[in-house]
Amino acid sequence: MIQKQMQERAKQMLSLGEVTCVLGWKKGDFSTNPQPAVFESEKDLEDLVYDKYCAANLSKYLVELTKKEGKVLVFLKPCDTYSFNQLLKENLIKKERSYIIGIGCEGNMQVDDDMQEIGLLEKCQTCTKTAHMVFDELIGEELTVRQGDDPFEGVLNLEQMSSDERYGFWREELSKCIRCNACRNVCPACNCRKCVFDNNKYDTAQKVNASSFEEQMFHIIRAYHVAGRCTDCGECSRVCPQLIDLHLLNRKFIKDINEFYGEFQAGADTDTPSPLTDFNIDTDPEPGSVHKRG
Amino acid sequence: MPLNPNSSFTPLIVAFCCNWCSYAGADLAGTSRLNYPAQIKIIKVPCSCRIDPMFVLRAFQKGADGVILCGCHPGDCHYSTGNYYARRRITLFFSMLEYLGIEKERTHLEWVSAAEGNKFASTMRKFTEQIHALGKNERLEDIR
Repeated sequence: MIQKQMQERAKQMLSLGEVTCVLGWKKGDFSTNPQPAVFESEKDLEDLVYDKYCAANLSKYLVELTKKEGKVLVFLKPCDTYSFNQLLKENLIKKERSYIIGIGCEGNMQVDDDMQEIGLLEKCQTCTKTAHMVFDELIGEELTVRQGDDPFEGVLNLEQMSSDERYGFWREELSKCIRCNACRNVCPACNCRKCVFDNNKYDTAQKVNASSFEEQMFHIIRAYHVAGRCTDCGECSRVCPQLIDLHLLNRKFIKDINEFYGEFQAGADTDTPSPLTDFNIDTDPEPGSVHKRG
Repeated sequence: MPLNPNSSFTPLIVAFCCNWCSYAGADLAGTSRLNYPAQIKIIKVPCSCRIDPMFVLRAFQKGADGVILCGCHPGDCHYSTGNYYARRRITLFFSMLEYLGIEKERTHLEWVSAAEGNKFASTMRKFTEQIHALGKNERLEDIR
């Protein structure tokens, strides 16, 4: 049982003093919504869980945790290691203050309002990230590589619509937004200390749309700001309480980047420059030329 | 101007021009006494890479019917590489606007040098006609 192994290894490392805390998941209000948690003693670790509902990406918590003295033991699923690499590349976390245990993953389940299982999460249906990109040790058997659906299918379907239909679709989707900022807060790429959408008069987050337009602008600009850094971890769509398919915006940018500037996977390594901080004098297309497509 | 005299619609067009090439190009068009439509409102930016996509969205929100971005020709940037970055950003952003259902004819990018007063005027005339044919922009406008 992988959960048992994780607990034992974590306890061992804590007792030896190799790490000062452990970042994992603990039981939430229901068995289907475990939540990220920091464990500081061996006794606490009894609460550590790992099952098919542990979808939360723990990488972003390291931004704050690795600012402190000591070392953090963190459990990362394969897709989470991409976010870890991306944060490492942006110098937001310290590698030497973290100890990564890569854990196997067979896809996370989503539940409906009545806590009934309704199949794999969208991000797991289209999963392409089956290997750990960075780890100090691995727990659990090698993964069976699942043949995921094409991640860009949704984008392609939208691209084939007429511009009126597309506008209708996005208007419908984005007007559901209640600006809870969950997508922004969970996103590992959204790590600015002060967000452009924060209130600039008072030191508060802007939670209410200042206008009907702002909800559109919020998501467009948010997707643009993470373009080239988004690892497509799918957390934004997972946490959205209004079930907006936010990954469709991010994947459009990923698809365009792949098409125009060559295949790029954010977080696959820590050296390749991000497409938007780089350029190619000769081969970059002109906006007008790609604009004629579709 | 071959704009339809029967239509009461006057498009509002915002042009973002870089300080070193396109703004000087617009100056040259002026000093050469070339005609271009008065609906074009020019906003000077230090470099084409200064143009934040938020500027474009904000222009549409405030009632612009079309937005045109102008900068130095690739290779001629005053800051050496600014327009190469701008090219990538704007390519992606225009593609995203089209994906969101904003007609692709409403946005345009043109490289205009300081010596191309003629090109500036003709580009602006062409773009204004294009926006005139499309009609009013109601998609990204603040509808309160």
